[in-house]
Amino acid sequence: MSRAALLVLADGRFPAGGHAHSGGAEPAVKAGRIRDAADLAEFCRGRLHTAGLTSAALAAAAAAGLDPLALDEAADARTPSPALRATARKLGRQMMRAARATWPSAELDALAAARPRGAHQPIVLGLAARAAGLGPEDAAHCVAYEVVSGPATAVVRLLSLDPFDATAVLARLAPELDAVARRAALAAAEAVVEGLDALPAASAPLLDVMAEAHAAWPVRLFAS
Amino acid sequence: MHLNHSHEGPAAISADAHRPDGSRRALRVGLGGPVGSGKTATVAALCRALRDQLSIAVVTNDIYTREDAAFLLRNAVLPPERIQAVETGACPHTAIRDDISANLEAVEDLEDAVGPLDLILVESGGDNLTATFSKGLVDAQIFVIDVAGGDDIPRKGGPGVTTADLLVVNKTDLAPYVGSDLGRMARDAKEQRAELPVVFQSLRSDEGVDQVAGWVREQLAAWAA
Repeated sequence: MSRAALLVLADGRFPAGGHAHSGGAEPAVKAGRIRDAADLAEFCRGRLHTAGLTSAALAAAAAAGLDPLALDEAADARTPSPALRATARKLGRQMMRAARATWPSAELDALAAARPRGAHQPIVLGLAARAAGLGPEDAAHCVAYEVVSGPATAVVRLLSLDPFDATAVLARLAPELDAVARRAALAAAEAVVEGLDALPAASAPLLDVMAEAHAAWPVRLFAS
Repeated sequence: MHLNHSHEGPAAISADAHRPDGSRRALRVGLGGPVGSGKTATVAALCRALRDQLSIAVVTNDIYTREDAAFLLRNAVLPPERIQAVETGACPHTAIRDDISANLEAVEDLEDAVGPLDLILVESGGDNLTATFSKGLVDAQIFVIDVAGGDDIPRKGGPGVTTADLLVVNKTDLAPYVGSDLGRMARDAKEQRAELPVVFQSLRSDEGVDQVAGWVREQLAAWAA
């Protein structure tokens, strides 16, 4: 595998649409739940160990070669909020475009043909990782990182938070990111043997509720 | 290799000239420029000037609202299904230059939904003088500035002013009221842009709009050739 390919895929500038999304940080800022770097750290930690773990395991399973269409259904079942399902598919479609341009593969083409409006983003990312020669744990790492880096960069824009403080939050979370990626990859390995029910289904109900409210705001900076 | 690759697989990747079904896609023209310079009003005027001869759609990139799309809808310059808004996450230049994926989806969805189209106008959110469109998104770009923003903008230059395929200097009717010297703006623009065209426009009259519409028709003729 190429370590550098992992850096390309995990780069926040990878052109797959993430910059327009706050990962739930915008409604949390509006509600007063994120006011400073300490709040941001808690928000990121919560998202990482719930929705983040679930998404990372889906990506790892896709990278391990499990059927992406079955995984797409598993992702739907693990995403109760219709707004977040729509967001995941929208970002999946954007990730698909970027992935097909960067690491063309028959598997990506097949999923794009089967889900022209987009599959769930972690599954597309997992297939992209596979096409790039990366492994399940690499894909899980990518997802875990973007689950926290998205809100961190959004909060820099929303609160004018000191960017050094926001980046320090990400650095302090690194050991937990490693742990979540490892757990996700283990779950994916289990799913290869036992089926998709072995994948985690952790969720954060408040993120789901806030995402539904945010999707109906007439004025907002971020798409989600 | 992917800009002109032969078509296999289900969807276009970027600036491919042809759609998955083999037909030639619409010409895409970007309109960028500072906040309040009159991008949306120019889009509306272009739609009115061209909609009887051409099949047109518009993509708007608002910074944090759907105001621009709402303005076009309110003024009924095109049917609502021909106008689509893209959300840019507080970074309008990112959505038209560094990560064009959401805009590419919008233009492709419009062609699928209301095509065949001749022309898609992609309007940027109001930004600064450095914001330009990626060549992966548009075939040509118009940069709109206005005389009230200061008659030194052409002299200051920047990628928008110096490299746009057409520079529109808008609100010429305001020049006497804000003390802007149109002659100076024209000379500075010429200095920065050499042979690239400049149009002085006032949407209070028809001055300039016809020239901009004519320029778009020329681009379209070259695209279709």
